[in-house]
Amino acid sequence: MPLPAPLIEMRGITKRFGAVKANEAVDLSVAPGEILGLLGENGAGKTTLMNVLFGAYAPDAGEILIQGQPVRITSSADALAAGIGMVHQHFHLAPRLTVLENLLIGIPGKTGRIDRAGGLARLAEIGRQHGLTLDPNLPVSALSVGEQQRLEIVKALFRGARLLILDEPTAVLAPSEVDGLFSALRSMAAQGLGIIFISHKLNEVRALTHRCTVLRHGRVAGRVDDPANTTSSEMATLMCGHEIVPPARGPSTPGAAVLTLDGISTSKHSGTPLRDVSLAVRAGEILGIAGVSGNGQRALAEVISGTRVPDAGQMTIAGSKVSRFSPREVQALGLGRIPEDRMTTGLVTNLPLADSMVLPRIGTAAFSSGGLLKPDAIRAFAEAQINAYDIRCPGPMTRAGALSGGNLQKALLARELAFDPKVLVVSQPTRGLDIGAARFIHEKFLDMRAKGCGIIVIGEDLEELLVLCDRIAVMYEGRIVGTLDSADATVARLGLMMTGAEGHS
Amino acid sequence: MFRLEVRTSTPAWFNLALPLLAIGATLILCSGLIALAGAGVLEAYGVMFTASLGDSYAITETMVRAAPMIFTGLAVAVAFRAKFWNIGAEGQLLAGAVASCFVGAIPMPGPLAMVLMALAGAAAGAAVALVPATLRVKFKVDDVVSSLLLNSVIYYALMALIEGPWKDSFSGYPISPPIEDSANFPVLLEGTRLHLGVVVALIAAPLIWFLIVRTTLGFRIRVTGENPEAARYGGIHVERVLISTALLSGALAGLAGVGEVGGVHFQVMSDISPGYGYSGIVVAMLARLNPLGVVPAAIFLAAVMTGAEAMSRATGVPAFLSDVIQGTALLAMLVALLFTAYRIRRVGAAR
Ligand SMILES: Nc1ncnc2c1ncn2[C@@H]1O[C@H](COP(=O)(O)OP(=O)(O)OP(=O)(O)O)[C@@H](O)[C@H]1O
Ligand SMILES: [Mg+2]
Repeated sequence: MPLPAPLIEMRGITKRFGAVKANEAVDLSVAPGEILGLLGENGAGKTTLMNVLFGAYAPDAGEILIQGQPVRITSSADALAAGIGMVHQHFHLAPRLTVLENLLIGIPGKTGRIDRAGGLARLAEIGRQHGLTLDPNLPVSALSVGEQQRLEIVKALFRGARLLILDEPTAVLAPSEVDGLFSALRSMAAQGLGIIFISHKLNEVRALTHRCTVLRHGRVAGRVDDPANTTSSEMATLMCGHEIVPPARGPSTPGAAVLTLDGISTSKHSGTPLRDVSLAVRAGEILGIAGVSGNGQRALAEVISGTRVPDAGQMTIAGSKVSRFSPREVQALGLGRIPEDRMTTGLVTNLPLADSMVLPRIGTAAFSSGGLLKPDAIRAFAEAQINAYDIRCPGPMTRAGALSGGNLQKALLARELAFDPKVLVVSQPTRGLDIGAARFIHEKFLDMRAKGCGIIVIGEDLEELLVLCDRIAVMYEGRIVGTLDSADATVARLGLMMTGAEGHS
Repeated sequence: MFRLEVRTSTPAWFNLALPLLAIGATLILCSGLIALAGAGVLEAYGVMFTASLGDSYAITETMVRAAPMIFTGLAVAVAFRAKFWNIGAEGQLLAGAVASCFVGAIPMPGPLAMVLMALAGAAAGAAVALVPATLRVKFKVDDVVSSLLLNSVIYYALMALIEGPWKDSFSGYPISPPIEDSANFPVLLEGTRLHLGVVVALIAAPLIWFLIVRTTLGFRIRVTGENPEAARYGGIHVERVLISTALLSGALAGLAGVGEVGGVHFQVMSDISPGYGYSGIVVAMLARLNPLGVVPAAIFLAAVMTGAEAMSRATGVPAFLSDVIQGTALLAMLVALLFTAYRIRRVGAAR
């Protein structure tokens, strides 16, 4: 389509953090009605560039033009006034206030009083136009992640955004929610809004965007003018500078069961409980657990990882019965664990990386004796893993929180694999990771599988599960509703089972 | 225009620079009050300095005052590391004082008495700290509030004791009977009040540093404080760590009371602590929760306290200035801590 004059243009943007050039001479433009994909590996500078546009960082060089006029944006208030809205990777909502109150924060009505009626009307109108419906009286704490994201989008529209920035919006959504988001975004674009969409999932980018700008090491590595007709691997090559071949999963020769669950049920403590879950993972196989999030996956991961004691049922690891369901017990039996949430459950962001890497095994002879730490052993272990896994960081004493998502995930993987687990349980292993980093993680899983480790991957990304797993079990409302050999499984068939439509296969 | 930007790393020299910056800012801010009270600022600070650090006797007096604040500072630093918000060092100190006074009054050989006094005082402090910790672990009661309120409970219990059963029947003063002479801590320098407890405090600081940095308990305390969820996932019993931390913290605060009874007052009275427990919070914050930093921070506050009295006599500025300096130093430090997480950036003037 012939593009009208740009709505927003960034010219020659450079942003340094100390020695790191997060952005260097970046040009980017969005036309009204255009959905622009912003691609790049982890750490390529996507978020930084958007933060510059949104006024959170002052660029070291370059200028921003809105409809051809140079503007200076030094705060998010400036950005909002200029018609730029942003949905961050982490939401900025007041959890105790209602949907409507969150919308009205900072917006005085005509007489200086809060205009509730006007707000309600606008909310209903936006909901109708783009299918973004929300109950105005619910507190934000009662909303699902998808609904909170919807509220962030509505908030931006409410403030008259003409350009909407979404930083990895789909990383937190279930596949079914993604469709809803996409139709809302398309409807907004049809009304002339410009949209910048950041994602690591190239199939989404191909389905949604009109044009893409690709960053690599802070610079523009290229542009894609027709994403729908560009292959994912072409885009990946632009992002990484070399081709990314998906790992080949050879045939497996599974051995004896290394992890069994027999009739495990949990009480409704938080989230969906497990109901009579039985499954087995054999040595040398990868079992996927598919399901729409919130169907008991969390409870399953917690029981296996020893952070939740089931009410009924038995579990064995490498033939030994688990009795206490504590992290130390399951670890000692040979279980490796990678949590769903790297930042909150996996690592201690404010402490040195080395501390996080030895945390689960600090009491073992490897890292302490007689209550005294072995600082040299801890450091040496962290250093060895940093080298072995090519974790990009200045050293083991770097604050863990300073690492990028992909490097954090490598660190978590390293800390478990170093102890040659017999079983590995991982949740959402590549969420938020770029395609190269995801590829690396997948390769490691396949290496472990070849070495006879049994792996259980809990995830929502069906395509990833299909590539990786030998068998896929589907969870629905706390039960396993069926298990398919991945040779028989298709996205469509799994999708159907995930809605509970199909019983045992 | 200026604005705050998030930092990804904090330079190491900040650990030293920030407290110094805070202290500098405090002295400048408080000079306004001195001027308001009609005294010369430099003269007043000069008197404060000579009276607290100017000669060897003054230094020993300052050290005697610093000792309890080293202990309470360590108590708070340890607790805050685990994010156990122990505002109750004052009450724990008083409990330690009462327990050690009780033991010290029993006739027995001096060295044994001193050891038992220390054990009793530490145990009493730990027992008091156990209350808010247990309430928090079992019932999710806010530890700031419970530990703070407990201070009053302990204080009035102490008052009841010295107004009641312990009251000096001879003079009628509300003071406890003195401990045995043999239980008095030895004085280390003839003609001063520099007692054994001061040395113990100075040794305690590196020991606690070692515990935090080099032991598995210290590791668990640090990890629990920074991220309890990751700690739990990693197999740390977060509740157990909080309880251990509380016991350790309370014991340290209790030792502050032991030193005051055994080395300074030899008995318990209502004003045995001029708020050393609360000063411990200022000390710990100035030290950035580093046990080694607690020593200079406590000496600074002790110098302010000793110096303020002399300044008051010499210049007429009320000695309350010492409290103002403490409070201002805490606020200044809290502001200074902002710079560990953020940096100030100059943004070019608007177009
Ligand atoms: N506040 C900061 N201080 C210092 N360095 C930073 C800061 N923010 C980002 N960086 C660095 O700038 C680079 C770009 O980071 P940015 O977050 O923009 O990447 P990204 O493309 O959004 O990555 P991801 O896909 O992982 O979200 C990285 O090297 C990062 O470590
Ligand atoms: Mg990002």
